[in-house]
Amino acid sequence: MTSLRLDRITQAYFGRTVLNAVSLVVSAGEIVALVGPSGCGKSTLVHIAVGLIEPQQGQSVRDYTRHAMIFQEHRLLPWATAGENIAYPLRLAGVSRAERSLRAAAAASSVSLNERDLGKYPIELSGGMRQRTAIARALVIEPDFVYFDEPFTALDVALKRQMQDIVVSAAQQSRFAGLFVTHDLSEAIRVADRIVVLDERVRGIAGERTVPLKRHARSDEEIFDLMQRYLKNDSLFAHLHDINERQIA
Amino acid sequence: MTTAFLDRLARLGRFFWSGWVGLAGISLFFAVWQYGHEAYGDFILPSPIATLIATWHLLHSADTWRLVAATSERAFQGFILTALIGGLVGLAVGYSFAAMRLARPLLTIILGVPPIAWIVLAMIWFGSGRGTVLTTILVAAFPLVFANVAEAVATRDRSLEDMARAFGAGPMQRIWTIVMRQVAGHYFPSLAIALGTSFKVAVMAELLANIEGIGLALAMSRANLDVAQSIAWVVLIVAAIIIVEYGLVHPVRAEFERWREAARPWGIKR
Repeated sequence: MTSLRLDRITQAYFGRTVLNAVSLVVSAGEIVALVGPSGCGKSTLVHIAVGLIEPQQGQSVRDYTRHAMIFQEHRLLPWATAGENIAYPLRLAGVSRAERSLRAAAAASSVSLNERDLGKYPIELSGGMRQRTAIARALVIEPDFVYFDEPFTALDVALKRQMQDIVVSAAQQSRFAGLFVTHDLSEAIRVADRIVVLDERVRGIAGERTVPLKRHARSDEEIFDLMQRYLKNDSLFAHLHDINERQIA
Repeated sequence: MTTAFLDRLARLGRFFWSGWVGLAGISLFFAVWQYGHEAYGDFILPSPIATLIATWHLLHSADTWRLVAATSERAFQGFILTALIGGLVGLAVGYSFAAMRLARPLLTIILGVPPIAWIVLAMIWFGSGRGTVLTTILVAAFPLVFANVAEAVATRDRSLEDMARAFGAGPMQRIWTIVMRQVAGHYFPSLAIALGTSFKVAVMAELLANIEGIGLALAMSRANLDVAQSIAWVVLIVAAIIIVEYGLVHPVRAEFERWREAARPWGIKR
């Protein structure tokens, strides 16, 4: 069953084509990682998929009930407490105040935020706590599709691991599908079922690999081995770490 | 519920406790005033005590209350008018880059005309009455409120709106839950200043246009060379501004700015 279908998406910025007729299908319950060097259009593709950017050509067919999104920056409302931030999507959906706080508390505990943290403002929380809050805000509406736009890039290695574990266990519990943008191959291997590589030179998808590991029991060794194999022996990943910032601008 | 109440109580307590600092500042002001009195004598600058006694006498006349009420009413109406028009026009202009660029030179022109000239024009248009006072207040206080709101809308954090859109917020929901909250942070400080301007301009317009109110009373006591009473009227004006500002503007603003309070490090709250 298809959850999201991107149909020949084309997008250009100031005459520079970033995405050229990109098509991608995400099945229900499947998590697809989009990897590629900076400037290859990963974020643009996700923003088009979620509907924040209107593509110049092509369309994004969203065949799921509800989606949520986790951004690179936490994007919490600075004037609202963590609890109010988590409940924000419910407020948009017109859920009653009492039910909102109940569901926000449940979502918060699923990302190990305790009740005392819920009364704090984002500015009083640490970076990790803020990103936990952002994850809880995404999970609170019980989405069946979650967009991740390089959500953990700004976090340190240990925190990143914790957040990835939260995502993996949440995906296991609520069985949502997802599109996970990252430039970190080990992160992609840890969370995704399938890795799609975007490349600047082909202005679209260079190829894809299905992660040959069981989703919820991936050990660090397996992940490391697979990453080495991809980087050393697989030509698809050869340009993953090419960065030419002049070309991007 | 109880914690929210206690939290509010604590904030109120902190607010009143901060009054000591204010009291210290006022005491310093009175000390300098007293020194000036002793240096220049009773006629140029009456002592603070004499002025307070004059104020006390003023407060005991029904006439005073009528005049204060008349001026306050006009000032308040002008303030509300400014707050509404400045807020709405600022919101509309902030959304449109073209309107924003057109508005800048217009603002410069409005600000360039001296308020006294506006009073003269308003007297010609509206005669000596409420219209003159309200027009002058609007012209004097509008640019500030308008510019603050328009700038706040134009420089708002758009990434939060994208977030809201990703979670399914429609245009009205985005304006209400994201834009308005950001604008409020600039709107209320500008209102506090606009309020003071409204009272001051109201008195000025009354004085120059011979409109019954504190302004006219001030003109009378000047004509009688009653310095103590002149200053007493000024004291009343300042008292009225303080009452409205701390009774209305600050509580509303504090409600919107709780998160900023939380951002302050310990020990220097307020």
